[in-house]
Parts: sequence; structure tokens; C-alpha cells
Amino acid sequence: MGEILVLVDHAGGRIRKPALELLTLARRLGTPAAVVLGAGESAAAIAATAGEYGAAKVYVADASEFADYLVVPKVDALAQIAQAASPAAVLVTSTGEGKEVAARLALRMGSGLITDAVDVAPGDAGPVAAQSVFAASYTVTSTVTRGIPVITVKPNATGSEAAPAAGQVEQVTVAFSEAAAGTRVVSRTPRASSGRPELTDAEIVVSGGRGVAGPGGFSVVEELADALDAAVGASRAAVDAGWYPHTNQVGQTGKQVSPQLYIANGISGAIQHRAGMQTSKTIVAVNKDPEAPIFDLVDYGLVGDLFEVLPQLTAEVKARKA
Amino acid sequence: MTLRIVVCVKYVPVATGDRRFADDKTTDRESVDGLLSELDEYAVEQALRIAEASGDAAVTALTVAPDDAQDALRKALSMGVDQAVHVNDDDIHGTDAIGTSLILAKAIEQTGFDLVVCGMASTDGTMGVLPALLAERLGVPQATLLSEIAIEGDTVTGRRDGDAATEQLRAVLPAVVSVTDRSGEPRYPTFKGIMAAKKKKMRSLDLDDLGLDAAEVGLSGAWTKVEAVATRPPRTVGTIVKDEGEGGRQLATFLAEQKFV
Ligand SMILES: Cc1cc2nc3c(=O)[nH]c(=O)nc-3n(C[C@H](O)[C@H](O)[C@H](O)COP(=O)(O)OP(=O)(O)OC[C@H]3O[C@@H](n4cnc5c(N)ncnc54)[C@H](O)[C@@H]3O)c2cc1C
Ligand SMILES: Cc1cc2nc3c(=O)[nH]c(=O)nc-3n(C[C@H](O)[C@H](O)[C@H](O)COP(=O)(O)OP(=O)(O)OC[C@H]3O[C@@H](n4cnc5c(N)ncnc54)[C@H](O)[C@@H]3O)c2cc1C
Repeated sequence: MGEILVLVDHAGGRIRKPALELLTLARRLGTPAAVVLGAGESAAAIAATAGEYGAAKVYVADASEFADYLVVPKVDALAQIAQAASPAAVLVTSTGEGKEVAARLALRMGSGLITDAVDVAPGDAGPVAAQSVFAASYTVTSTVTRGIPVITVKPNATGSEAAPAAGQVEQVTVAFSEAAAGTRVVSRTPRASSGRPELTDAEIVVSGGRGVAGPGGFSVVEELADALDAAVGASRAAVDAGWYPHTNQVGQTGKQVSPQLYIANGISGAIQHRAGMQTSKTIVAVNKDPEAPIFDLVDYGLVGDLFEVLPQLTAEVKARKA
Repeated sequence: MTLRIVVCVKYVPVATGDRRFADDKTTDRESVDGLLSELDEYAVEQALRIAEASGDAAVTALTVAPDDAQDALRKALSMGVDQAVHVNDDDIHGTDAIGTSLILAKAIEQTGFDLVVCGMASTDGTMGVLPALLAERLGVPQATLLSEIAIEGDTVTGRRDGDAATEQLRAVLPAVVSVTDRSGEPRYPTFKGIMAAKKKKMRSLDLDDLGLDAAEVGLSGAWTKVEAVATRPPRTVGTIVKDEGEGGRQLATFLAEQKFV
């Protein structure tokens, strides 16, 4: 079986959970080989973790270009590594940047591209990717018919399991293209941590919408989230109103989440919101309007005022956990 | 010199309609109502704001789509775009992202450009890759997923809200940009705009006009293949309870039964 190149997503010197999922998934398709770009001093630790999760080889490249310029330096590095390694497939995490890197890489290599896979399985003619499309109303399976398949995979598409492998580090010196310096990253402000689980990684997500009525209102949502050890999500209406940061938006133009449990509070359930949460395992909604479309999706729906229901629920959860 | 702006707009099936696939596993674009992708209205808006700020600019709306897309282009024209280009050819049916980028890049080159403005993603394919592919093909910088954008002289700057960080970007024109739904609310066409749009030029191009061969695009030229499409089983209807004062505690019991507590 061939090598499966996995571009390792990392931030703040740490490997991100979706990278562990990709390595786990890559083991089904072949021998995982991790690619760690621009990790500086953290590269060794990240490479070691990649090894623990099944990377037989870890290609490490470091250069200021990775931080100073947008997207293209990573494409240059991956193209160079892929050229030498002739992998059976390349896997990248489906983030805004990940998809752009994957797309340019595919075009350069003369390869077909599949984005936003929710599953990838081995097939007779290469990997078979499943996508959940049209706001999760269809499942589409597809293959790449030309070149080395380049596939981006959504966070939480699969679990992550350790499976120690050699993790042999190979240092790579990248010859950057002229295009690499095209778009300068003048400054970068890392997102402040809320101390809560990452939205896309979380087992439980508690969300608030327009029904939360004001920034102060989100405290009832946050208190429930903390009692459940959950991430906090928000509808676009709540984000547009300035009640909660955009990084927490769930939906078509926010994050797409697929937790074990999603609790929607004061959210009507518009198609664009559903596009971001419809694949959640268990869905609960609290809404005072019995006709709200969100109730079509739920495993458990509570018709009521969230300002009455949530504090009671939070207290009860805390009592049961104590 | 006139700033030449090309804004790429996609004609998509209405999201609240019954979106589905045709027998050949391509998106059904005939029996489902379509419209100008709402996310591309943001691209049109930013293109117009940049044009207005520059004082000397020409904005061309470009789409690759079947006949019905005329309405989408008309909408862009009535918002204030100067002219439209419609690439339309039966052989384009079923083209994948890589192929679409080839067609768009050819049409952009033929139109002439200093700045290409795209939406953040389409509302049907939702890949969010075309802007990056266009930059790669056109050999110009990409400044994408911008929630704020400004042009000063020959430089584009903007704010990109990434997954882990917020970045300030800078690139020199010509360039490809894409803008998010946080970049500024799109304007509504005015009555005057709608009337003016009727007189604006809409050019139709086919693959021949672009010097492209049918084998490079379409379903047969695609580098990806849809093997199967299946409707997701509808979610089974759950329990709906009305809060009579004990709702929170009842919900806690449900969560405990499901082992979440
Ligand atoms: C191109 C495009 C992209 C979009 N992307 C997204 C996206 O990524 N994410 C997203 O969420 N939306 C998105 N939207 C917007 C979407 O269409 C809806 O407008 C939005 O989801 C509505 O948010 P909401 O449910 O919070 O608000 P509303 O629809 O106003 O619903 C509020 C709900 O709260 C209930 N309520 C009010 N008070 C209480 C109370 N005290 N207790 C209990 N219930 C109460 C009401 O009954 C109502 O059902 C997008 C739209 C477009 C066109
Ligand atoms: C559900 C679904 C899944 C798909 N998955 C894949 C896949 O995995 N791989 C693949 O190769 N193809 C795929 N396709 C086909 C792909 O969507 C089309 O080829 C499409 O033209 C490009 O992708 P997009 O719509 O996602 O555009 P995006 O990359 O999301 O579009 C970004 C921006 O590019 C511009 N743009 C996009 N399309 C056009 C157009 N036709 N005319 C003018 N401007 C445009 C707009 O400004 C738009 O906002 C899929 C299609 C669907 C409907």
C-alpha cells in the first residue's frame, strides 16, 4: 500500500485534533506520512505525536515563508514532497485555508479534488469519499479519476485512535516558487481561547440564537455549556447582532459541527443553520414557538421560554453530576 | 487608467427549494428554481464599492452556467455592474471544480482584469476553492476570505478571519480576492437600476470563443466522478414536550437517559 500524505494542522505549537483524525483515517487507505510545515521549535513534538497516531514518516519543513505569506508556500512544500514521495493520496483538513491549499495542490499535480468529505474508505480504484450535501439532505460518494487524489476531510468525520508507528523525521528544504511571496500576511492575531472545547471538536455543543435576546442572555447558554463541558455555538442572527463572536457561528457560513449532542436554544432552524448541525447525533431544541422548524429535526424538543428552562436544566445537570 | 474588475457570480438552486440531483448524478439546475448565489451578492457589493471609491472603474459580472442564469446576471447588472459575460455551452454540463476554474480563467483573461472578486463559497457546491484555483491559473496573488477589503493604488489589503487567527493581508494587483458575508450588506437594486440594467451589454460566449475543447470540461473531462447519490434518511421524529414548569428537569432526565449527564 502506498503512502498517504497528511497535512498536519497545528496552531500555537500544538497539533490540532482534526490532524489526529486524519492520521487515523489515513491508516485505512495506506501508510500515513505526516507533513508538518512551519512549526518552528514545536516541530519535534508535533512529529512525535504524529508518529503516535500512525505516521511512519514525518516530513518536516520550516521557513519563515510559511508564516509570512498566504497559502502558496504550503502548496509549494506539499507539491515538492508529493513529487518525491508519489503518494497514493493526499489528505487535508477541511478548513478555509486547508481547502485552498488542497485545491491549488490538486491543480498543480493534475489531480482531481474532493472537498468536505465526512468519510473516506478504500476502494478498488482509490479512495472513495462521502460528502454530506445540500444541507445534509443527501450523501454523495465520489472518487478521483485522474492523478493523485487530493481530499479534504471535515473535522469530527471520524474518531482518533493512537497506533504508534516509526514517526521517522525527514527534514525537507523547500524551493519556494515565485508565487509564494504573492500575498503577505502583515499581521496575525491568534484567536483568544475561551477555555471551552473547540466548537468543531466538541462532543456537546450548546447554541443560542436570536431568542437569547441580547449579549447578557448568552450567560444562560454559557452556564449550561459549562455544566455539560460543552462548546458554545451561535446562530448568524445572534452573531450579526453582536451578541457572540463570529468564530462561534454554526451554519453554512460558520462552522459545521457534528457533535454527539447539539442543544439549540432560541434558534428557529433556518436551512443555513441546519447546514451546520444537521448531522449531529442527538439534537435537542428549546424554543417558545411550537411551529419552529427546528422541531422537525429534534430527538427531544421543549416548547418553552429558554430563560425559564435553561437555568433549571443547568441546576439539575449540576446536581446530577455532583 | 480604468480599474478593470471582474466579479464572478454563480447561478444556484434555491436553498429552501427541493434541491436534488438529475439522473446523471449532476445537480438538477432545470426543474429547481435558481438565483444569483446570495453569497455572491457580497462579491458584487464589494466590487461596486471598490469601483465607486476608485472613480474610474469598469465592473464585469461573469458566470459559467446554463440559459436560466440570465436572471442572475440581470440582478448583478441591476445592482450596478456595468456589463455581463455569460459562458454557456451544453458541453459544460457536469464540469467539476478544476474544469470550472479553467473556463472562468479563460473568460477572465479574455475580458481583461486588474481585480477578480469572488464570493466566499457557492451555496450549492460550497467548496470555497474557485478563488484559489483562479489565482493559481492566472498566476496572480490570492487575498481570500476577506471580511474587510480596501484598494489603495495598486495594492489590496484586507482582514481574513481564519480558523485559528485573524490575519491582515496585503497583495499587489492584479489579484484575485474573495469576500465573506461579513464584508458589508449587499445593496438592493433600485427601480432606476433595474431599468438601466435592461440596456446594459450581456455577452454570451461558448467554449469555441474561449479556445477550449469540449473534452477538457464537462462530465467526461472531469477529474472526479460521483459514484452514487442517496437521500439521507429523514430524522425520526422525537419527543416534543411543552414546558409546564418542570421542562428543564424533564430535559435533564432525557439527557441522563442518553448518558450525557
Ligand atoms: C447565504 C446565507 C448564509 C447563512 N449562513 C448562516 C449560518 O452560517 N448560520 C446561521 O445560523 N444562519 C445563517 N444564515 C441566516 C439564516 O437564514 C437565519 O436567518 C438565521 O439562522 C436565524 O437565526 P435564529 O434562528 O437565531 O433567529 P430567528 O429565525 O429569528 O429565530 C429565533 C427563534 O427564537 C425563538 N425564541 C424567541 N425568544 C425565545 C425565548 N425566550 N425562549 C425560547 N425561544 C425563543 C423564536 O420562537 C424563534 O424560533 C444564512 C443566510 C444566508 C442567506
Ligand atoms: C454538492 C456538490 C458537491 C460538489 N463536490 C465537488 C468536489 O468534491 N469536487 C469537484 O471538483 N467538484 C465538485 N462539485 C462541482 C463544483 O461545485 C462545481 O464545479 C462548481 O462550479 C465549483 O465549485 P463550487 O460551486 O463549490 O464553487 P466555490 O469554490 O464554492 O465558489 C467560490 C466562488 O467562485 C465563484 N464561482 C464558482 N462557480 C462559479 C461559476 N460557475 N460561475 C461564476 N463564478 C463561479 C463565485 O464567486 C463563488 O462565490 C460539487 C458540486 C455540488 C453541487
